[in-house]
Formats: sequence, C-alpha cells, structure tokens
Amino acid sequence: MYAQMVETGVKKVKGLDEMSAEERAFQEKIDAEIKIEPKNWMPDAYRKTLIRQISQHAHSEVVGMLPEGNWVTRAPTFKRKLQLMAKIQDEAGHGLYLYSAMETLGADRDEEIEKLHSGRAKYSSIFNYPTLNWADMGAVGWLVDGAAIVNQVVLQRTSYGPYSRAMIRICKEESFHQRQGYEILLHMMQHGNDAQKEMVQDAINRLWWPALMMFGPSDADSPNSAQSMAWKIKRHTNDELRQRFIDQTVPQLEFLGCTAPDPELKWNEERGHYDFGDIQWQEFYDVIAGHGPCNRERVETRRKAIDDGAWVREAAVAHAKKKKQQAAA
Amino acid sequence: MSQWTLFEVFVRSKHGLNHKHVGSVHAADAQMAIENARDLYTRRNEGVSIWVVPSAEITATATDEKEPLFDPSEDKVYRHASFYELPDEVGHM
Repeated sequence: MYAQMVETGVKKVKGLDEMSAEERAFQEKIDAEIKIEPKNWMPDAYRKTLIRQISQHAHSEVVGMLPEGNWVTRAPTFKRKLQLMAKIQDEAGHGLYLYSAMETLGADRDEEIEKLHSGRAKYSSIFNYPTLNWADMGAVGWLVDGAAIVNQVVLQRTSYGPYSRAMIRICKEESFHQRQGYEILLHMMQHGNDAQKEMVQDAINRLWWPALMMFGPSDADSPNSAQSMAWKIKRHTNDELRQRFIDQTVPQLEFLGCTAPDPELKWNEERGHYDFGDIQWQEFYDVIAGHGPCNRERVETRRKAIDDGAWVREAAVAHAKKKKQQAAA
Repeated sequence: MSQWTLFEVFVRSKHGLNHKHVGSVHAADAQMAIENARDLYTRRNEGVSIWVVPSAEITATATDEKEPLFDPSEDKVYRHASFYELPDEVGHM
C-alpha cells in the first residue's frame, strides 16, 4: 500500500447511537455508499486522516520516481528508455492528481511537501530500497506497481469523491506499468544469458519481502484500521490485500521460472490461498522510522530538486506579471 | 508555489463532445496552466481541446441549496419521455 500506518487520532470507533446528529448523518451516507464531496460536512478527524493518507500517497508517487530515475541513463535500449520515461512521467502525474484531491480538503500543497522534506510526513517504505541492476526496473514495475494496484483498485470505491476519482484515473494508467515491468523480466528470462537471468532472480530476492511490507503491518498491529474501514477510506485490511497480492503473483513468478526467497511459500489447498513465511516487521518499522538503506538520500534529493528549482518558479511568476503589465499598457 | 494560481481544467475528449472537468493544475498564468494541463491530463490521446479557468473565478451552488434548487424537478415526471404510454402498434417513437 502506498499509504502505511495512517494515524486517525481515534481511540475507539463510535457507534451510531454515540454520535451527534451531524456525525450520524455523515456515517449513514458513507454506509449507503454515497460519496462525500469537498463542500459536505465531515468530522474533523476524517478530514485530517484523509489529508495524511492522500498526501502520503502523493509523496510516495513523487519519491517513487527516484529509484527509477536512476536507470534512465542506463536503460539497455532506446525503447526501454522511452518506456521508463513514460512510466516516470505517469508517477509525477499521479502525484499531482493526488495533491489536487488533497487540496480539496483545505490542505496547502506547499505545506504538505514541506512536511515530507522535514521528515514529518511519511511515504511508502518500498522506495527506500536501492535499484541495483536493470532487472530491478522490471521487478519494481511488476511487484511494486502490482502491489500498488491491488491496493488502489479497492480505493476506487473509497468514500471521498475526489480521492476516488483520482484513483480511477490512476488505475487506468497503472496497468501499463505492471505489464512493462513483467515484460522486462520475461525478456531477460527467455532471451538473456545466465548472468542476466541471475540478475532477475537477484532483483526478486531483494524486492520480494519489501513488496509484501507495502501493505502495512499485520491486522493485529493496525490500530487505525477499524476507524479507516468504518469511514471507507480503507476498504480491506492489510492482511487481506497482502494475501490477494501473493495469490495472484505466485503463478506469474512460476511462469518466469523464478522463485521467491521464502521457503514456506506454498499452496494451501484447504485455505484456497498460498501460505507464506513470517515477515520481518522490525525491518519495516526501521525503514518507516527513517533508517532504511536510502531514506536520507531520497529526502535529500527531493529537497535539492525543490531548492534548485526555486529560481524557475520565481522567474515564471515574474514573467507572468510582466506579460500582464504589457497587456494592460 | 503559493504565488501560483490554481486553475480548473476542462478537456474535450472527441470531436463534438462537451468539455469535461478533469482536475486542476497550479500555474503562474493561464498559458502555463494550458501547458501543464496538456502534460498532466492528455498523455494518452484524452483530448482535442483544453480550457483552463482560475478556480477562484468559479461560482458554485452551495450544499445547503441542494434541496431548494434540485428537488422541484423530482416530481415533474411528465418531463420524461417514459411518462407517456403509447400502444405497441404505434411502434418506436
């Protein structure tokens, strides 16, 4: 999931009989699957939680461009370079759709971006891992975008109108990302030499567990889930989505002719799902807390981009002002 | 960016269809808003024409006006073709 551990600030979910008339009318609308729109009344905690969730989602799209940007100048062919640039441009677009949706809640884009740069806002843990070989571009598209799709498909039905509409748009574009990633890996496995095939397995070995962590802590350790589900800004639990992702990904993994770095991964006939090994949650919490392999570099790169681009933004304003004056004269 | 203006973006998808609201962009002026909207909302042949309007220039109905404004049309079923029952012999009309 691109938004992980989103704090709701709510200790206990209120029942309908504990709510004020306004709160009850709001909750009943949500229960009836009626979308909440920007000008509608909403509880303060709903607004704040959504701002946190959508901004975290937007930040993830933006920071998510960095591990891929690493490979633009190193892509093996011109075709792959064009595809990679198109994908990266989409991520920028997705970040912007989401920042727009967030602004409809009264949040200021600059302020929220400042929170990212000062370490007060999170983004998905997955983007704090390095992309070390070309197969990583395939594995990121297939596994990381694949995990994001599982999450985002259900968020198309989220209760907040602008967020839901942004998700619908994003999902339409995202399937290209996953397919191009898988195709990179398939090509390497079917036409590559031994070293190239090893690169694919190496990329999967490194990204498999971090991709599973994208869905966030297991349900037992997700204190905010109950409220987020009641508000329908989350539609399935972390564990449900993780299982769905694994179930759909393993056959694709087998088709590639690769394996997952999990000896316990196997089909469970009784459950009708794949069983899998324990996730190393301490690693996840460390990365979220800022101690992953690339956290510092990612935020530093973002900050530098904003600072170095300041003169361009100032020049654009000066130019617009001058043109206005000339038109008036 | 706070010095920039928020613009709402409308895109006409195919010849003959209305412009439709697709989202918003930040820009220093209208020309830049068009350029940003082109990059953001028409990367896959989504449009043949773009309008941008400063968000602050849009006047909208308020939520508490919803009932007085829109409810009166609810009980005017005779405004719909399906209200009028014609015998089958008349054929499609």
